[in-house]
Amino acid sequence: MSEFITAVLTSLSSGAIYALMSIALVLVWRSTRVINFAQAGQAVLTTYIGYDVIQKTGSYWIALAVAVISGAVIGAIIDRFFMRPIFKRVNSGPIVMIAPVAATLGLLGIVQALIGFKWGLTNQSIEAPVSTNGIEVLGSVIAFSKFNILVLIFVSVAMLLLTLLFQRTNIGLALRASAYSPEIAKLSGIKVDTVRTLGWAIAGASGGLAGMLYIPGYFLYPNAMDLLLVFGFIAAVIGGLESLFGAVAGAMVLAFAINFTTTYVSPKLFFPTAFIVLVLVLLVRPAGLFAAKKSRRA
Amino acid sequence: MSLVVENLTIDHGAIRAISNVSFTVAQGELAAIIGANGAGKTTLLRTLSGLKESKSGSATWNGKSILGKRAEDLARSGIMHVSDGKSVIAELTVKENLALAGLWRKDKKDVAKATDEVVELFPILGQRMSQAGGSLSGGERQMLAIGRALVARPKLLLLDEPSLGLAPLIIEQIFQTIKSLINKMDLTVLLVEQNAMGALKIADEGIVLNLGSVVAVDSAQNLLNDPAVRAAYLGY
Repeated sequence: MSEFITAVLTSLSSGAIYALMSIALVLVWRSTRVINFAQAGQAVLTTYIGYDVIQKTGSYWIALAVAVISGAVIGAIIDRFFMRPIFKRVNSGPIVMIAPVAATLGLLGIVQALIGFKWGLTNQSIEAPVSTNGIEVLGSVIAFSKFNILVLIFVSVAMLLLTLLFQRTNIGLALRASAYSPEIAKLSGIKVDTVRTLGWAIAGASGGLAGMLYIPGYFLYPNAMDLLLVFGFIAAVIGGLESLFGAVAGAMVLAFAINFTTTYVSPKLFFPTAFIVLVLVLLVRPAGLFAAKKSRRA
Repeated sequence: MSLVVENLTIDHGAIRAISNVSFTVAQGELAAIIGANGAGKTTLLRTLSGLKESKSGSATWNGKSILGKRAEDLARSGIMHVSDGKSVIAELTVKENLALAGLWRKDKKDVAKATDEVVELFPILGQRMSQAGGSLSGGERQMLAIGRALVARPKLLLLDEPSLGLAPLIIEQIFQTIKSLINKMDLTVLLVEQNAMGALKIADEGIVLNLGSVVAVDSAQNLLNDPAVRAAYLGY
């Protein structure tokens, strides 16, 4: 029984972190039709910034806030000074599909290399603000800690805030309109380029939060977020790439599949499960499990 | 305030889509650009609304050049383009679609008033406010697209093929509404249409475009009576 509870709780906790990365990817995909592979580099960079803040202040919480804010700033800078010029220059032919994605891959390499120069390649660690030891449930200790609870709370609050932002505010409406139809948004007077930069900033902030919640259980090194990027990407594809709900749901499907197969079948199935789920979804429902229904075509 | 287009030339890749086109639309007038498929009508409208670059020539509204400006800036300055294909965002509700053109406006009271006026003009939209734009019929989408433009309180309305794919009765209704807007909302309208007959019936001026060049500019009434225009575009 405790095995089952552990599997459920760890699925929720790891799924929550995959969801943050997945949301970061979906936000950028929706607004620019680019899978931002540099997000792994951005998130690891903001986590290093958080690491430095902890060294100076000793406070995880200040570090968390700084990482999220710097994630937003870095995301906005990348869109404004890197992606936008690329989109302006590359505007016809097959390269339109490839150039922006290739650019994000290049950026990922550059960011990770720069991190290596600045902070070195050795593993660093960030201490969690609360215990990472398993908690006791029904008399036995399960592999789910207070920090995991904190992660769930943070991610739930972040989801709630994002949902409110997108569904209840004018900025959210502008973000959605610019994502669904940039041309109609422009013709309605919305500054789509600025709105898009804001989308990159929110994605960057989400990645910044993911890094600070993910790393305390692992080590910090330049490639520390690569795995999270892959899982976030798989989750986004499972979720249909278009919606925040899909990103979260896809992340949960992935996390539950991984945790239950590793718990009940074999721990060796950690990686294979992720890719088997991805391939199965692509074969059965290529548009994603949670893709929106097609609207009426008049 | 008038729209003055002079010697406008627009390329579509290697192809010349619009060649040396000149015409004027006076304030408060409804001008119709008619022509067959591929005449360059949509390209011309997309250039005037900032979606496409021109090669040479000029276009001014109220004496100020509108070429090379961003679409969103032109929209904010009162030039609203309702693009073809019933430009509605399918994923957003009717209410949200209407709200788009008022998001950036400072006078929120007037945005609410303009929205009420749109609902008065197209009552069906009032009943569909919380429905997704994609669930509307073709006619309703066209009403929504025009309605959204009106929320911005435009001065110049650029309409691209509002009759496309609609039933004759709906087309008649849409055309009559467009005509009524001119006085009601102090508008100038440039209407691009393949439905030459319908467009010329409501227009003051007609501009006939063929393979990227203007072949005739005259009052709509004269064009309706012109045997050559009738044979080529009106089918009788």
